[in-house]
Amino acid sequence: MQFMLLFSRQGKLRLQKWYVPLSDKEKKKITRELVQTVLARKPKMCSFLEWRDLKIVYKRYASLYFCCAIEDQDNELITLEIIHRYVELLDKYFGSVCELDIIFNFEKAYFILDEFLLGGEVQETSKKNVLKAIEQADLLQEKTENMFHSKSFIGSKKAY
Amino acid sequence: MSDIVEKTLTALPGLFLQNQPGGGPAAAKASFSSRLGGLVRGITALTSKHEEEKLIQQELSSLKATVSAPTTTLKMMKECMVRLIYCEMLGYDASFGYIHAIKLAQQGNLLEKRVGYLAVSLFLHENHELLLLLVNTVVKDLQSTNLVEVCMALTVVSQIFPREMIPAVLPLIEDKLQHSKEIVRRKAVLALYKFHLIAPNQVQHIHIKFRRALCDRDVGVMAASLHIYLRMIKENSSGYKDLTGSFVTILKQVVGGKLPVDFNYHSVPAPWLQIQLLRILGLLGKDDQRTSELMYDVLDESLRRAELNHNVTYAILFECVHTIYSIYPKSELLEKAAKCIGKFVLSPRINLKYLGLKALTYVIQQDPTLALQHQMTIIECLDHPDPIIKRETLELLYRITNAQNITVIVQKMLEYLHQSKEEYVIVNLVGKIAELAEKYAPDNAWFIQTMNAVFSVGGDVMHPDIPNNFLRLLAEGFDDETEDQQLRLYAVQSYLTLLDVENVFYPQRFLQVMSWVLGEYSYLLDKETPEEVITKLYKLLMNDSISSETKAWLIAAVTKLTPQAHSSHIVKRLIQEFTVSLDTCMRQHAFELKHLHENVELMKNLLPVDKSCEDMVVDASLSFLDGFVAEGLSQGAAPYKPHHQRQEEKLSQEKVLNFEPYGLSFSSPGFTGRQSPAGISLGSDISGNSAETGLKETNSLKLEGIKKLWGKEGYLPKKESKTGDESETPPIPQESTIMENVDQALTKKDQSQVVTQSKEEKEKQLLASSLFVGLGSDNTISLLGKADTVSHKFRKKSKVKETKSGEMTSVHNMTCSSFSSLSNVAYEGDYYLNTLQDRGDKELKKFSLNSELLDSESLTELPLVEKLSNCSLSTPSLFDDNNMEIFHPPQSTAASVAKEICLASSLLEETTEYIHSNLTEVCNNETISVSSYKIWKDDCLLMVWSVTNKSGLELKSANLEIFPAENFKITEQPGCCLPVVEAESTKTFQYSVQMEKPFTEENLSGFLNYHMMDTHSVQLEFSINLSLLDFIRPLKISTEDFGKLWLSFANDVKQNIKMSESQADLPSALKTLQQKLRLHVIDIIGNEGLLACQLLPSIPGLLHCRVHADVLALWFRSSCSTLPDYLLYQCQKVMEGS
Repeated sequence: MQFMLLFSRQGKLRLQKWYVPLSDKEKKKITRELVQTVLARKPKMCSFLEWRDLKIVYKRYASLYFCCAIEDQDNELITLEIIHRYVELLDKYFGSVCELDIIFNFEKAYFILDEFLLGGEVQETSKKNVLKAIEQADLLQEKTENMFHSKSFIGSKKAY
Repeated sequence: MSDIVEKTLTALPGLFLQNQPGGGPAAAKASFSSRLGGLVRGITALTSKHEEEKLIQQELSSLKATVSAPTTTLKMMKECMVRLIYCEMLGYDASFGYIHAIKLAQQGNLLEKRVGYLAVSLFLHENHELLLLLVNTVVKDLQSTNLVEVCMALTVVSQIFPREMIPAVLPLIEDKLQHSKEIVRRKAVLALYKFHLIAPNQVQHIHIKFRRALCDRDVGVMAASLHIYLRMIKENSSGYKDLTGSFVTILKQVVGGKLPVDFNYHSVPAPWLQIQLLRILGLLGKDDQRTSELMYDVLDESLRRAELNHNVTYAILFECVHTIYSIYPKSELLEKAAKCIGKFVLSPRINLKYLGLKALTYVIQQDPTLALQHQMTIIECLDHPDPIIKRETLELLYRITNAQNITVIVQKMLEYLHQSKEEYVIVNLVGKIAELAEKYAPDNAWFIQTMNAVFSVGGDVMHPDIPNNFLRLLAEGFDDETEDQQLRLYAVQSYLTLLDVENVFYPQRFLQVMSWVLGEYSYLLDKETPEEVITKLYKLLMNDSISSETKAWLIAAVTKLTPQAHSSHIVKRLIQEFTVSLDTCMRQHAFELKHLHENVELMKNLLPVDKSCEDMVVDASLSFLDGFVAEGLSQGAAPYKPHHQRQEEKLSQEKVLNFEPYGLSFSSPGFTGRQSPAGISLGSDISGNSAETGLKETNSLKLEGIKKLWGKEGYLPKKESKTGDESETPPIPQESTIMENVDQALTKKDQSQVVTQSKEEKEKQLLASSLFVGLGSDNTISLLGKADTVSHKFRKKSKVKETKSGEMTSVHNMTCSSFSSLSNVAYEGDYYLNTLQDRGDKELKKFSLNSELLDSESLTELPLVEKLSNCSLSTPSLFDDNNMEIFHPPQSTAASVAKEICLASSLLEETTEYIHSNLTEVCNNETISVSSYKIWKDDCLLMVWSVTNKSGLELKSANLEIFPAENFKITEQPGCCLPVVEAESTKTFQYSVQMEKPFTEENLSGFLNYHMMDTHSVQLEFSINLSLLDFIRPLKISTEDFGKLWLSFANDVKQNIKMSESQADLPSALKTLQQKLRLHVIDIIGNEGLLACQLLPSIPGLLHCRVHADVLALWFRSSCSTLPDYLLYQCQKVMEGS
């Protein structure tokens, strides 16, 4: 996979992950063109697009478009399922996910994506394993946060 | 991993309970109140883009202040990073924060680090310079005992890592392959995958570890390793055939549902894994029957198991079909796959329909009947509202185009083209239409009209080959001259009509094509006079919207037409107008035209009608400039050096001090163009001839206007002849074979498909019949007939090339050596070589004799080998007197030996004619002694073993055999051995050795066995060392041929070597190379020498060397990759060793 973009129906970018080195200018150009092309398509149309020398696979979930760029020899249908699996993961993590969850917690969405896809390839296909890895990192995060709080609490106590 | 989680959970029971239902919502609420939330809400509340920009700029400047303030804590920094990521996502530049992201990853605690790493991976790309600063952090985290830190480091490495720093982390990551946690192993494998992608050489040594990952007990790790394998097998499938069995077994287990249920996706077992494996199998089984047979069963099972009506099942089916069609075919599977494709094509779901068309596209070459089966669906798809479906259908039609359906298909393509706006699509489709039109055009009018459409739509985005090919096609024509003229006339007429249309703008490229054609072929017109055409061109020239490049084409066309025109007031007006043009290029052209116009006779000679395909004599060596150059040099100007030489010298001067006085390098004026091998490609034997024409023209022309601009008169005739050259586009190989293959495949197939009639769709039926015509069997004959004419067009093209090379050959035959003709042919292809080999051999011999007679110097050019001088004439001191007598025969003069040994005559002919090595003993015992020597014949290496019977007894059934060797083809020379070796006599065995594969050193071994007095059989083994040097022969070619060959070779090796003092000048160095390596010295130009050799049977090797102080710069080129390396090694040995 070359890159993945999430954008809203209004064309606002919600998430971008690039797996090929591109300059910022190119990224912006691609994003702009692609968002335009995909939004212009009618709902009953094919989920695949030939765009430049790439294949674009996209799918709409509620108000969000998920859009992946793959190479010609890659399997389009399984890419659709990659998108779906990612949505499932988000759904499970956020508990019935909506666009707002992703807007306000996009770093979490990135963390989940990184546990699922790595360097443009599927890293882990078991939903359980991905969520386990995320939870684990989250828990450690909570732990340090907690320690931090208790420390400052102790600190303030001592000051008294 | 799970036990860590458990530990954490037991340590924090309260937290556990709190977060159990899902850590998400709680976190979401927390950050709602954060500043990011504020920002996001602020932005969504805004209505205009302008307001958003203002807000973000504000936000960015406050962030900039915060991140650079020393008081900012890491926790705040983390917050800032998240906001920066957000701003970047909205398209604003946040590059000031990149360095802080790296710092955060380095200094933060776990959660800050996590955000830091995320920000780095989102902000930077793998070539970003700041990334180097991350390396230390990564190394530290990889060594951490905290699992999460290790995982974070591995995650970032798998996404972005600077290539040059891979060695710093590679050992650490290799260690992680043995880590107890599967998540770490999995991420380590993916990190190595990333390394393999960006620097495959650096991970070559750990391929064995990939195998271990493939056998990992954890499915995730194994699946990750498949990414690497897919990649490696794509690059080199033959290296991994042994793993086929393993992949098949894994796939069997997956398909059979043997994996943990966790890996199921919508109750399909591990679909990602299945697809990955299917792709790998497809690559492994390609063109390999034995490997393919291993996978038939599992493919069958995959097809059978994928029955669920779900997207993911179709994904697997699609991949399965693809694999079945990629591997060695099995009819049973193909049948099932075809059925499967049918399911896709007929599916009402548009995604599946698209994939069905895609599958048909790649299957069509193997099985055209499938297209017939689905023709009605294909017709429907042609008018599908979704342009993607339409385009895929056109792609499919493109593959089944033939001479009968071309008009319909191209029409459909043009329709699509007119609707499409995307540049990529236009370029792609225009190329296809042009290709089809060139191949299958039914008639002239159609061809020209289609190409007109191509040029007007494709305009200036299309590939430049398209107009070039088109013009070449027009110029070279086909076999039928009247047909050609009609085509050209039609083109001219159609362009004139197009130019008559008012207010239409044509793309520049189209105008260029028009102006060339009008300039060349307007003479074919009956009604319109050249004046009228010139008037039209003039109108275009005055148009402001036309680029100056196109104007140059237009002026060239006018120039060509001027000699044909009777009245010339328009030309005069044009000259008037453009000799004062501000564009120097235009002014130049106008002056050229002006001066040519003054001398109509010269102009007619210079611009003959319809001679675009004939070569003009061009003095490419620019010899007419010699006077000017000499003058310049005498006034102290530096001699011209080509770009690469200047660079090279700059490099070598950095290392070595230049001890040469500066004045010396001016000593050879006039050779300005000849200082590099590249420059030599230009003919020098025609230069005398054209120097005359150059002189003549400079005499007749007075170019006051140009003198000031260019300062040299000789430019004009050269420029003029160049316009002729430009029109003659360089030959570009056509990819026509693919399509022809399709045709053959189509005709071969026996098709008795009956098209089912349906009444309500008559139109579609009609379309279908016109589209799929030529696919059925009843059309085979006409199809074949048509295909013949098609290949004609291309044969014609290659014929031009052939005749050219033929001419060249004959010229060389006359002028110099037959050897060069041989090499010339060799350059054309081995095919010719083989047929000419015999003839060449004979000529070679003649030639070598001739050259001896003609030229005393050529004696030194004969393949001298160092040892020659002391080998054949004097007796080697190695042998004592006793032996010498026995060995006498093969070494002494012809007459005496001829009587003694039956085969002597042939042997001696060769030994006298060719040089040979010393006789050395290879083995012996009390009765027999075997010695051997090499004869370096021009076409092969002749090995001679002479067996001497030292005893007084007769030996019976003596037999010498050579073991077959991998790299050689060894043939026994006829009549060389008799089973009986009489007492005290010598017998010789001859074997000619041909090299099959290049090598460096190789042993040739064999044995001799004989019976003595019917008692016992004795066997003696021996071996002899052959080196590549034994197969190197001088290659005698001219300097021009050297130049041509030089440019055509890709394998290139350069090296500077230090010479020993005894030979620190060019002549002696070349002499050494000539004597010891049998290289032929072609030319010495200043301090540069050109040498050539050939590796038998026919691989030429070229050497360009240049002396600079005591450094010899060697530059080898050859068509074979091993030869330059080997030659370099040998050169080093002889130059440094002696």
